[in-house]
Amino acid sequence: MSIVQTTRPPAVPSTKVANFKPTLLQTEEHHLCPGCGEPVAIRLVLEVILELGLAQNNVCVIGHGCYGSFVMTLDVDCTLCLHGRAPAVSTGVKRMRPDVAVWTLQGDGDMTSEGLAEILHATARGENITCIMLNNGVFGDTGGQMTASSVIGQRTKNTLEGRDAAYHGYPIVICDMVASMQGSAYVARGSVHNAAAIAQTKRLIRKGFQRQLEKKGLSLVEILTMCPTGWFVPAAGGADYMMESLGKTYPLGEIKDVAAAA
Amino acid sequence: MRRESRGTLVIDVERCKGCELCIPACPPKVLSMSTISNHHGYLYPELSPGCTGCTACQQVCPDYVFEVYRYQTPVMAVVDTEAA
Ligand SMILES: Cc1ncc(C[n+]2csc(CCOP(=O)(O)OP(=O)(O)O)c2C)c(N)n1
Ligand code: SF4
Ligand code: SF4
Ligand code: SF4
Ligand SMILES: [Mg+2]
Repeated sequence: MSIVQTTRPPAVPSTKVANFKPTLLQTEEHHLCPGCGEPVAIRLVLEVILELGLAQNNVCVIGHGCYGSFVMTLDVDCTLCLHGRAPAVSTGVKRMRPDVAVWTLQGDGDMTSEGLAEILHATARGENITCIMLNNGVFGDTGGQMTASSVIGQRTKNTLEGRDAAYHGYPIVICDMVASMQGSAYVARGSVHNAAAIAQTKRLIRKGFQRQLEKKGLSLVEILTMCPTGWFVPAAGGADYMMESLGKTYPLGEIKDVAAAA
Repeated sequence: MRRESRGTLVIDVERCKGCELCIPACPPKVLSMSTISNHHGYLYPELSPGCTGCTACQQVCPDYVFEVYRYQTPVMAVVDTEAA
């Protein structure tokens, strides 16, 4: 079977249409697991920031989760904060530097378990920040335990028989909560399970940042990301598993857009 | 038979972690996993003729393994019918 040579760029005239890494990452290297969805979501946010001309004018406030290791390689201004406190830290940054685009990079454990008060109060205050929540339904970084966002029936390290509503309670659907509050401007949910969803998610992220630039209030973009390690599934099966589990409780699309409602 | 390629890739196989997400992502199905592994012990994707340069593989890859090119003039390659 004929294999095309792919060790170096083509010798005949051609145009490069996609780079290995996003421009705003310093290296392609990272130690996240095979099949993890988080690096894909991070690439989308960094592409949007570059395309909106915000590369020199944004601050990323990072929570605690596997995505946190990107604090070492992101080529944008960033700071780590206490678990779940990113919307509160962002509030301070944004109020001191109102012309800087401020965004959080959080996980479902970080936002809905550890930091539920921070996201809700930041929303209630109508802070002009953009919150990005990577939802894999587990505390991935600590080994795949249940979070407030784990869905009913989901197997995690501490719900080996599946999350049971009667015993563990029901998942917190943070997008619905934030959308119901007056201080939110834009709320949407995307996913990185295939190329079409990835392209759509990038549009949602762009709108999230645009509402901040228009000073409309808080924007929240939740992104479903695969965590094959925490789910005990093979890397190649993570995307399908995600849409059959998290995807049922967390449908994709826009939940609120004040610009559209006007 | 002969098959047209409108695009091509650079695949940084040593950074691949073998997750296989790129395989079903490719619309013309011209990616397949290698039979020998890279130095980390992971199998990696190999390209057969027929790439369109659509970038789907690059978009789904968590490890930033692909660079995508579009040829100015499509390239023809001979492929054996069994593989095609
Ligand atoms: C106050 C506090 N409690 C617990 C931890 C341990 N911890 C670090 S990362 C993490 C899980 C984060 O989960 P999530 O935000 O969903 O990110 P993921 O790893 O799934 O991407 C926890 C519990 C901590 N760092 N600080
Ligand atoms: S544990 Fe899950 S979220 Fe963390 S790097 Fe591995 S796959 Fe990604
Ligand atoms: S660029 Fe498109 S056609 Fe070419 S290998 Fe990647 S997914 Fe397949
Ligand atoms: S998606 Fe990337 S890391 Fe996964 S097998 Fe393909 S090239 Fe390797
Ligand atoms: Mg998580």
